[in-house]
Amino acid sequence: MLNSLKGLGVTLKTMLRKPVTAQYPKEHLPVNRRYMGFPALTWDFQVQEPYCVGCMVCIRNCPTQCMTATLKDNPLHKEGKSTRRKIVDIFEVNLGRCILCEICVEVCNFDAIVMSHEHELSKYERNGNRVDLQALLEMGKQYQEDTGWEPEQAAAPKEGVQA
Amino acid sequence: MSGDLTTTRPLDTLELMINMGPQHPSTHGVFRMVVWVDGERIVNMEPYIGYLHRGSEKLSEGELYNQVITLFDRLDYVSNFNNELTFCMAIEKLMGVQVPERAQYIRVIMCELNRIASHLLFYGTFGLDVGAMTPIMYGFRDRERIQSIFEAVSGARLMHNYFRVGGLRQDVPSDFRERMERLLPQLEQGVEECDQLLSYNEVFLARTRSIGVLTKEEAIAYGASGPVLRASGVPEDVRVSEPYSVYDRFDFNVPVGKKGDCWDRYYVRVEEMRESLKIIRQVLAQLPDGPIMAAGVRRIIRPPRGEVYVRTENPRGDFGVFLVSDGTDKPYRVKIRPPSFLNLQAMQAMMRNAYVADVVVILGSVDIVLGEVDR
Ligand code: SF4
Ligand code: SF4
Repeated sequence: MLNSLKGLGVTLKTMLRKPVTAQYPKEHLPVNRRYMGFPALTWDFQVQEPYCVGCMVCIRNCPTQCMTATLKDNPLHKEGKSTRRKIVDIFEVNLGRCILCEICVEVCNFDAIVMSHEHELSKYERNGNRVDLQALLEMGKQYQEDTGWEPEQAAAPKEGVQA
Repeated sequence: MSGDLTTTRPLDTLELMINMGPQHPSTHGVFRMVVWVDGERIVNMEPYIGYLHRGSEKLSEGELYNQVITLFDRLDYVSNFNNELTFCMAIEKLMGVQVPERAQYIRVIMCELNRIASHLLFYGTFGLDVGAMTPIMYGFRDRERIQSIFEAVSGARLMHNYFRVGGLRQDVPSDFRERMERLLPQLEQGVEECDQLLSYNEVFLARTRSIGVLTKEEAIAYGASGPVLRASGVPEDVRVSEPYSVYDRFDFNVPVGKKGDCWDRYYVRVEEMRESLKIIRQVLAQLPDGPIMAAGVRRIIRPPRGEVYVRTENPRGDFGVFLVSDGTDKPYRVKIRPPSFLNLQAMQAMMRNAYVADVVVILGSVDIVLGEVDR
């Protein structure tokens, strides 16, 4: 009997405390800086073009094969505005298949892809989450704005990573 | 039925077969068991598995080594770090890579936090299994705190993909130590609260004491491991008997039970949470600075031809990975030794002569994860 009362004591103690739960759709807890949401493509604001050159390294390394991309000659390069000779033409990710593993971000040598903080993407259609280059860049811009993202890899390659 | 209700013919008793699952709220996943009962007593029980089979072992053969780590996250989906560690260690052993100290220490912190999170989940669901609604609220409150740390460190709450062959994906965030200093007292208090709330409650004792006894000999014969084995009184823990990573530098006890009943299996886990907290405190005190990735590990990993077996202590028991490499960038064969799979078999022995009402309690006390059983 005594031990049951002890247990009751625990619940009584917590009765007056502030609730630890958050009412989800009304209240959003902030996500951590490193939170891995869906992948997004970053935008080079200096040259006004994507960082992605369509090299397809991420596509070959994705465990679920949820991405496709093609590249084209960069018109801005001919005008001498950009150092990227090639640029991404089409980029599509089926976010419904993405398992948020961050392998694409890790293998990209151009800082072109990031794990954004986007995570609420329910759709009614089975393939409703196939997003194209435009949408990915929008997600990326949002992420860059929210977190003040800076490219790092171009300056100093990641430790221990050799292609 | 002849409609003759006034018969004087003696009624005979029959064994009744009851099918439980695969879609049953208390089977902890999609798991089916067939139970033969004689009145209220269980005569025999047979587990049927395979409803969650995803072919992880076969899938691994078609993936690059780095991609296989994501599959290991999804094996035992409540102790992801421990699984990742085992697979990474297998490749490191094959390649002879020396993982930097700092990475080893951070790995141990993550694995032990994961162990606590897993046991807290067990604590909550075991409470539900015996009919207590409150414990899960307490268990999840603290588990949530741990997962928030996971999110800060690895970016994901469940599927981390954080350990790499040769180290870690990235270093811990700069405020990691402060957050841990804040988290540990909360966890310590949380575990004590959990203990007081349920462990010696009279109703709980009546539901779990001397129920589902697994003797020492049976536990060993069935190949049980982890808390199930230790509850039966065998002090076997891979972290102590075959220390891996840097576990030999920390001082902790291996809690054992006396009788091997459901309560022992429950209480061994509560004690293990305390021990894990002790380990984390020691790791934090000794955490060195330095690199987190071994030098010279290439992005596309090609271990030399050969085979290797590595085992570690997962929250559920002895988790082993047997890896055969043919020198290419994909494994030739990956065999997984899942602890839940073997603990599940021991349930047959536990259930003999138990009551129907105890089936769910016994199943809960084994704490299986079907993702790992079916692979
Ligand atoms: S995101 Fe990076 S790896 Fe992928 S195609 Fe673009 S530049 Fe290449
Ligand atoms: S996060 Fe993983 S699954 Fe998703 S697109 Fe990148 S590599 Fe593919």
